[in-house]
Amino acid sequence: MRRRLSLLAGVAALGLTLAGCGGGGDTPSDNGNAKDATGKVGVFTWWADGSEKAGLDALVGVFNKDFPNVTFDNLAVAGGAGSQAKSVLAAQLKAGNPPDSFQAHAGAELQDYIDADQLEDLSSFYKDNDLSSQFPKDLVDRLTVDGKIYSVPSNIHRANVVWANVEVLKKAGIDPEKPAENLDGWFADMDKIKATGVIPLAVAGSWTQVQLFENVLLSSLGVDGYNGLWDGKTDWKSAEVTTAIKAYEKALSYTNTDRDSLSDWAPATQLVQDGAAAYNVMGDWAEAKFAQDGDKSGVDYTYFPTPGTAGVFDFLADSFTLPKGAPNPAGAKAWLTTIGSAEGQTAFNKVKGSIPANTTAKTDDFSEYQKSAIKDFSQDKIVSSLAHGAAVPVAWLNDLSTAVSKFGGDKNVDGLQSSAAAIAAKFAK
Amino acid sequence: MLKRAKTWGPSVLLLAPTIILVGVFVYWLIIENFRVSLTNQHTAKPSNKYVGFENYTNLLADPNFQHSLWNLLILTVVFLGGTLIFGFLWAWILEQPAKGEGFFRSVYLFPMSVSFIASGVVWRWLLSSLQTSQPGGERTTGLNRLLDSVGLGALQNDWWSNPTWGIAAIAVPAIWQLSGYVMALFLAGFRGIPDELREAARIDGCTEWKLYRHVIFPQLSPVMLSAVIIIGHMSLKLFDLIRAIVPDANTYDVQVPATMMWVKYIGSDYADAAAIGTILLVLVALVVIPYLWYTSRMEKR
Repeated sequence: MRRRLSLLAGVAALGLTLAGCGGGGDTPSDNGNAKDATGKVGVFTWWADGSEKAGLDALVGVFNKDFPNVTFDNLAVAGGAGSQAKSVLAAQLKAGNPPDSFQAHAGAELQDYIDADQLEDLSSFYKDNDLSSQFPKDLVDRLTVDGKIYSVPSNIHRANVVWANVEVLKKAGIDPEKPAENLDGWFADMDKIKATGVIPLAVAGSWTQVQLFENVLLSSLGVDGYNGLWDGKTDWKSAEVTTAIKAYEKALSYTNTDRDSLSDWAPATQLVQDGAAAYNVMGDWAEAKFAQDGDKSGVDYTYFPTPGTAGVFDFLADSFTLPKGAPNPAGAKAWLTTIGSAEGQTAFNKVKGSIPANTTAKTDDFSEYQKSAIKDFSQDKIVSSLAHGAAVPVAWLNDLSTAVSKFGGDKNVDGLQSSAAAIAAKFAK
Repeated sequence: MLKRAKTWGPSVLLLAPTIILVGVFVYWLIIENFRVSLTNQHTAKPSNKYVGFENYTNLLADPNFQHSLWNLLILTVVFLGGTLIFGFLWAWILEQPAKGEGFFRSVYLFPMSVSFIASGVVWRWLLSSLQTSQPGGERTTGLNRLLDSVGLGALQNDWWSNPTWGIAAIAVPAIWQLSGYVMALFLAGFRGIPDELREAARIDGCTEWKLYRHVIFPQLSPVMLSAVIIIGHMSLKLFDLIRAIVPDANTYDVQVPATMMWVKYIGSDYADAAAIGTILLVLVALVVIPYLWYTSRMEKR
């Protein structure tokens, strides 16, 4: 009996070790065609709830019509502007177990995946579907790395928008139709609001503070000065940057003191909706929240480019990729075909509140805000967003976020400036 | 030979699964982690150039990492002090012959059965930093609201939104959760002291204080040491509670090495993340290994 038991234990041990080593086998890297795609296609996003989930659902509706033979497998992970999802994704990619397609911000953020050799080149896919001519040149330029394109953009967002509560502004004697033209004028308005006992500017935790920081930098330094921060042409130690950081310090002084406790952007925007705060600097995904809650543009809320940034479009775009070693590359291409198509982009963006990347998409029944954003995108100067991974790679953004978060507590202008300069020196090429 | 194999064979077979699994999933991974910490793998791009201990020296010179170590020290001191004081106090009260001991024992132990993540979500609300005197103060919730409504409004504070002492606020829920456990340890310690000893001391004319000072406390010191080790190493590794209370992992005020390691990992800075992991392991080892050595020596005696 005793011997049999020990034998059993030995067998069990062997089984366990084998199970530990198994899995993660090689997958054929055969790149099929979208036309004859079958089976399941697993798509990884951080669109898990609210307007983002509704947009994804609309997109899946179009996908199911386009490719009835392929089933869509939703691998969405919720939380924090994608920060939770990115950690899950990083682990999967590192383990050689990628989804069929995953969401990534277009721009510098993709660079990490490209450097790690985790993405397939989609240049031929662009040629086959004639996508380059359908997307704006500005966007295609930002997606192209060394002559190759690695992702298909689904939507474009603007990060330099101020959302305001009309009633609160009127009560403070500010004309909601005429927003301030520069930061000083805006701060003067905020003083008036402060006098009425309402929080002038709502902001939430770390990444929304980085977005506010980015808006103030853009407003204070201008387009060239702002772009120069990321390619080394603007000196982080210059007096202009000191002025910008001081302006950010002033902007922070108007914000709600419990900013770090607000879990995401939505609670900060909610403060504006509730009339507890006057302004909120947020990307235009806020538009979808206002619409969902039944607020009317011009009556309940109004929006304008962050003072000092009129004529500038602070851009970020979501895009989808084809990772190397995807289990179903043909299915992934089918998904990318729907993403890039005019119908797919119309269905998705109408619900999500963003604007289509594909210029041939029909936008007649889009909201008033979306129409204005589409117009602005076609004529404004375009810059890349910092907080959303378009301007710098993730590691740079992470370090800078820590510095900005630290500044929220100690308000040390020199400290933020010197650490930002050190970070830029560390990552600049 | 065969005979000898028969005696030790079964035990080796029985132990083999544990040895193999622990070997692979603990010790091999520790070695691998240490190897990564010596490379320059600071981005997602694969690179395996060895840079010696450069990552460690850079980290230790980094003011952000120093701040996180300082935070860890404050957290551990407050967490340890709080659980030991409350744990001992409750055990001492329950040790007095009184009614309802079983009931209160369960009440004090109960918080331990809640996961840090679940209680963290509630504590996030309780530790909201908004105060009634600030703009928008009518939205004040949690402890600040409670303090205001019982007339102690002056005691309202920022809780964890403070770069110097904020981390101590994180220790509050941790103390709430683990004091019951320390109480159980002390209670077992109290029960292990035979009544005869107390009676003998009383007959010899000891006052109550002297009885505790010279008879009870010395016998509780092994329990105390266990409590310090258990709570201490939990504190060093504390991550989930902070993540649940503070929405953003990158929040400077409450950065400790464990959260910083996560932030580095998300930013694909695998080398720095691994180096922080190794530093954490060394810190925990400094606490645990002397204890293991001490207990094994005690057992041999």
